[in-house]
Amino acid sequence: MYLSSSRAADSAAGTGTGSPRSRAGRRVAANVLVLGVVSFLTDVSSEMVSSVLPLYYTSVLGLTMLQTGFLDGLFNGASVFLRLAGAHLADRFHARKPVAVAGYALSAVCKLGLPAAGASLPGISTVLAVDRSGKGLRTAPRDALISLSSTPGAQGRAFGVHRTLDTAGAFGGPLIAFAVLSAVATAYDAVFMASFCVAAVGVLVLLLFVRERCGPRPERRPVTLGAAFGLLREGAFGRTCLCVMLLETATISDAFVYLSLQRQDDLAARWFPLLALGTAAPYLLLSLPLGSLSDRLGPWRLFLAGHVCFLTVLALLASSRGGPVVLVAVLVLHGVFYAATDAPLMAHAAALLPAHSRTSGFAVLQSLQALGMFASSLLFGLAYRYLGPHPTLYAFGLGLLLCLVASAVLVRAVLPRPVNAPTAKEAK
Amino acid sequence: MTRRVPSEADQDGPLFTRGRLAVFAVALVLLAGLGIGYGLHAAHRADRGMHQGSGTAPAAGELDLTGAHGELLFRDTEPGPGFGLLATVDRADPTGPRTVGHTACERAYSAAGTVVCLTTEYGAIPSHHVRILDAALRERRRIDLGAGAPNRARISASGRMASWTVFTSGDSYAANSFSTRTSVLDVRTGALTATLEDFSVSKDGESYLPADRNFWGVTFTSDDNTFYATMSPVSTGKTYLVRGDLAARRMTVLRENVECPSLSPDNTRIGFKKRVSSDPVRPWRLYVLDLASGRETELAETRSVDDQAAWLDDTTLAYALPAAGGTGSDLWTVPADGTGSPALLLHGGFSPALLP
Repeated sequence: MYLSSSRAADSAAGTGTGSPRSRAGRRVAANVLVLGVVSFLTDVSSEMVSSVLPLYYTSVLGLTMLQTGFLDGLFNGASVFLRLAGAHLADRFHARKPVAVAGYALSAVCKLGLPAAGASLPGISTVLAVDRSGKGLRTAPRDALISLSSTPGAQGRAFGVHRTLDTAGAFGGPLIAFAVLSAVATAYDAVFMASFCVAAVGVLVLLLFVRERCGPRPERRPVTLGAAFGLLREGAFGRTCLCVMLLETATISDAFVYLSLQRQDDLAARWFPLLALGTAAPYLLLSLPLGSLSDRLGPWRLFLAGHVCFLTVLALLASSRGGPVVLVAVLVLHGVFYAATDAPLMAHAAALLPAHSRTSGFAVLQSLQALGMFASSLLFGLAYRYLGPHPTLYAFGLGLLLCLVASAVLVRAVLPRPVNAPTAKEAK
Repeated sequence: MTRRVPSEADQDGPLFTRGRLAVFAVALVLLAGLGIGYGLHAAHRADRGMHQGSGTAPAAGELDLTGAHGELLFRDTEPGPGFGLLATVDRADPTGPRTVGHTACERAYSAAGTVVCLTTEYGAIPSHHVRILDAALRERRRIDLGAGAPNRARISASGRMASWTVFTSGDSYAANSFSTRTSVLDVRTGALTATLEDFSVSKDGESYLPADRNFWGVTFTSDDNTFYATMSPVSTGKTYLVRGDLAARRMTVLRENVECPSLSPDNTRIGFKKRVSSDPVRPWRLYVLDLASGRETELAETRSVDDQAAWLDDTTLAYALPAAGGTGSDLWTVPADGTGSPALLLHGGFSPALLP
């Protein structure tokens, strides 16, 4: 019962923050900006490493990257568990900030772990896995802090600001990395050390300048692990999770988008590693405007519209037409897809989740997203093998279309609005 | 059931206080100092390690392989001024004086007066090229590899066909995945096969085209059309030996667990690395496959070799192993019939090719 009633209270009170903040209207809270800066620094740091890692492997360690993937599945599972457990603790003890700090700090320390691991493959695999666990740990509490620091009517805008800063880091990271690398010849450990320093500044900014947002404090604290999964049984949020997972499954992963591009375009093939930047550019530019737009039109509508963009991407890939125009169109639409889906989805979920279990709700949603992604890659690989490239793209396109229709029917676009009376089941 | 928490301002005082800002400023200076100081130290050390050692200095002139006979061409990795440059040494006296030229290659191979050289130029964004050189190491063809990091390179015995493999991994480093791209160039006609991924592949008589198929490590037969290579659907972790037909753009899967094939000069056997252990530190052993009988022979080298071995003659394979000191690598040989034991060929070398 507490879920529905406290959610109603949230909506009535304005999510998390009191009237002094709603006066600020459309201004983005300082907390959100600072968290954006933290993400910016962290992304710069991790992109610095990721952009030199293939070269480090091959030219310094003389390794092929063949077997680093072998612990992958195992650590993925561990990462999901850590994500849910961390989110639960964050909600239960109002410790979103400490959990986020732990996640960011873990990833920062990993930057020093890479040179320490040297050429040892288990060492490298472990460092990469711990780094990813840190990412799993920090994402939900950070998003909850963003959400709880913002008024209900400006959630999309807040997430949009955050994602803009975040993506700017992904853009700047490789450039800074190669600037450092060319300055120090081939001393890769200097890049790792620089990456650690940047990440440490990020942790420091988080530690010193981000404020824990408690949100409305329920008098009892019925936040249990079971309750986190109980969120799924809860009407609108459960349906949202289902639809998100379905849509995620029907959306092909970045790697496969780029692989398909590479197949039809020699330009794309030679600059394969830079294709991700082609997606990041529109993502960077449009996160804020589309996030703000989602506050007005309803985040779920934007989320669905983003998937329509992805449907166009699939159609362009299936058309097998190479050339710079198609290449640019695919990358731009792919970026728009991210800008229209990422921040608005969090805004949509924030409106459905009571403040005291928002971290857990985000963690559940993000875990299911990851599950959908995994299923998608698996399906794509199988379909590609048995059906061939074109039928696979058509099949995914059809699947996406069906999921879109289902999502439009199953989930009502939520604008900040009064919440329905609890159903009999919820009020038990 | 709920009560509102006080607004941000009176929750626990302002955050951007002078004290906090001072702590931040001090920490920022310390971290910047650490990053820059370490960078300078590392640059100095890397320079000393690679370029200020006592290794052989480049000769006055460029190498000339014209008419070379019984010489070994390799990438010099002795710390010193010659680090990373192509060098030659007498096969009969491999530890004797080496001649270092002026051509930098990350990986190279040579046959019949043609050299394939994969280069990396460091800059704001590192760029990679394939250079096809003649016997005097003059450039005959240069192909932009974009952002693909060098991995393998081969030339057919006639010097006509060149092939190379690069990493094109564009995924985030947390994804732990990789992707390769293998190209073939007909040096004589200039015809470039940009990627083997467009070729049809059959396995057990059926078409086999996994989405994440990758190819690496081509080796050519003496007809300059048939080749062998590794194919791997990366997500499965499996590798296959394929035999390909360049003109027909077709490949056939021959057997599992064969990587980096290297065809013997008499075209009857393939030296390769085989995954023998799930221990990620030492996953591979060198093997030789007899193509007629399908029999595999384990070679006497017990260390894990991650290289496309090169045949020095019909009975000996050469390959690189990381040097004990850390920087660079050494070249080793082992008999191709499973007998004997590995022998050190030379210190400070990589990517060997015998000029017969």
